[in-house]
Amino acid sequence: MTPEELKGLLLVSSIKIGVVFAVIMIGVIMIIWVERRGSALLQDRLGPNRVGPLGLLQNVADGLKNFTKEEVMPLQADPVIFVMAPMMSFVAAMLLFAVVPFAAPLPPFDVTLPLIGHVVHEGPVAMVIANLPVGFLFILAVSSIAVYGIVLAGWSSNSKYAFLGALRASAQMISYEIPLAMSLVVVLLLAGNVPLGDIIAFQQQTTWFVFAATLSWLLFHVATFAETNRMPFDLAEAEAELVAGFHTEYSSMKFAMFFIAEYTGLITMSALIATLFFGGWDIPFTTWDEQEATNWSFGTLFRVGMTNLFFIGKTFFFAWVYIWVRWTVPRFRFDQVMHLGWKILLPISLGYIVVMASAVLVLERLGMVHDWKYGMALFAVNVPLVALCVFGLDRDRLLLGARLRSQAET
Amino acid sequence: MREYIPLLMLMGFIVFNAIVMVALSQILSTRRRTAVKGAPYESGMPALGGTRARFSVKFYLVAMLFIVFDIEMVFMIPWAVEFRQLGLFGLVEMGIFILILGVGLVYLWKRGALEWD
Repeated sequence: MTPEELKGLLLVSSIKIGVVFAVIMIGVIMIIWVERRGSALLQDRLGPNRVGPLGLLQNVADGLKNFTKEEVMPLQADPVIFVMAPMMSFVAAMLLFAVVPFAAPLPPFDVTLPLIGHVVHEGPVAMVIANLPVGFLFILAVSSIAVYGIVLAGWSSNSKYAFLGALRASAQMISYEIPLAMSLVVVLLLAGNVPLGDIIAFQQQTTWFVFAATLSWLLFHVATFAETNRMPFDLAEAEAELVAGFHTEYSSMKFAMFFIAEYTGLITMSALIATLFFGGWDIPFTTWDEQEATNWSFGTLFRVGMTNLFFIGKTFFFAWVYIWVRWTVPRFRFDQVMHLGWKILLPISLGYIVVMASAVLVLERLGMVHDWKYGMALFAVNVPLVALCVFGLDRDRLLLGARLRSQAET
Repeated sequence: MREYIPLLMLMGFIVFNAIVMVALSQILSTRRRTAVKGAPYESGMPALGGTRARFSVKFYLVAMLFIVFDIEMVFMIPWAVEFRQLGLFGLVEMGIFILILGVGLVYLWKRGALEWD
């Protein structure tokens, strides 16, 4: 690598890191606002509406307040780990975004800038912070680190509520990591490579994986609720039983860091669902967004902007789904959480891998090319599987039950 | 290796931000420590007994099961990536592998390792 190339790489990376970090931070503030106002909407009340227009600045005010509040550390706490734990949660949550592509690539450049000098970038500039060849494995690795922050927080606080919250959270998170990863084995099976860019490219070529691997998406989506400790799996906090769970003893900015980490995790998981199953930055029904970026024209920049908007739109939609589900589904008991993870999601994902592998093998033997027909053929395999799972698991309690109840009422 | 340079930069940037956040709140906040304030929170009552008490062995069991199944999953990922090259041989191999895994799961299930009462 020449010095000009290195300079180009460092320049591009710095800009991308700064922009992504700022967007995530603003996104976290926005999502917390959406959560509070959205909760209020669903519960027929107003929510925060005094600070700024529509209460938009409420979270900024809360953040500033958190900086100035007194830090209380229990006298028996382990001081080093007590301070380290929120930082670990924060870092793990932020780091996950490093491999998620957020727009179509920019064209290569070769320019001379003031102060910096001559900078070069060979090949298109991928709109992802780190275009790691191990992309997908990085996600699995870093999402496992998130559990350390929670366990260490609970352990180091030396408080019974925190300790119980941390134990439950760790058991829940490691249990759901298995269905989470197993459901993604099918995605890798279809895409045939691990970088997220390749997974998006394959979806553009065929169909979005929400069609080609529908059951995989359902399993992954349920598992992410447990991984991010969101309702209906918020046993790590469980306000009704454990005060605030693993962060009972945390106050001031350290508490806020757990809070930011939680919502960053929510955004990242939404982005991952969008990337793995909904085509990432892909604009549906067009091939216009998939052209190779060669020159710095208005069209290229417009394309990058539009794909980025689509990515943000998809991500925010799934973030809203998390909030929506929170006020729709009641909480699980701990034994029900474990039952769902080990006895339902795990066997389904194991069986699904075998079925999908067979289907892929049959399609390859038939000599099908990878276009939209390939995706639709897999969708045809998925429809009966999803119906079987949904109706089998429901056992006429919700779907048929609701109809019978409404008939009984009328 | 050049793809890892931005990752290291990001890691450094985030860790720096985390340290700044903690340090800033240390500087800006007031602090009056008292013995009562430093006691662990137990809904307003004086703390009873220590925290480092015994807890259910089920949590160890879950951690052990996690290790087993997580390693199985790590075997599956390279298989999934190379599946189109492996063809029928790969499918049969993974079928046997998942069958063995399934027998293990059924054994655990029947032994009651997955029950929480």
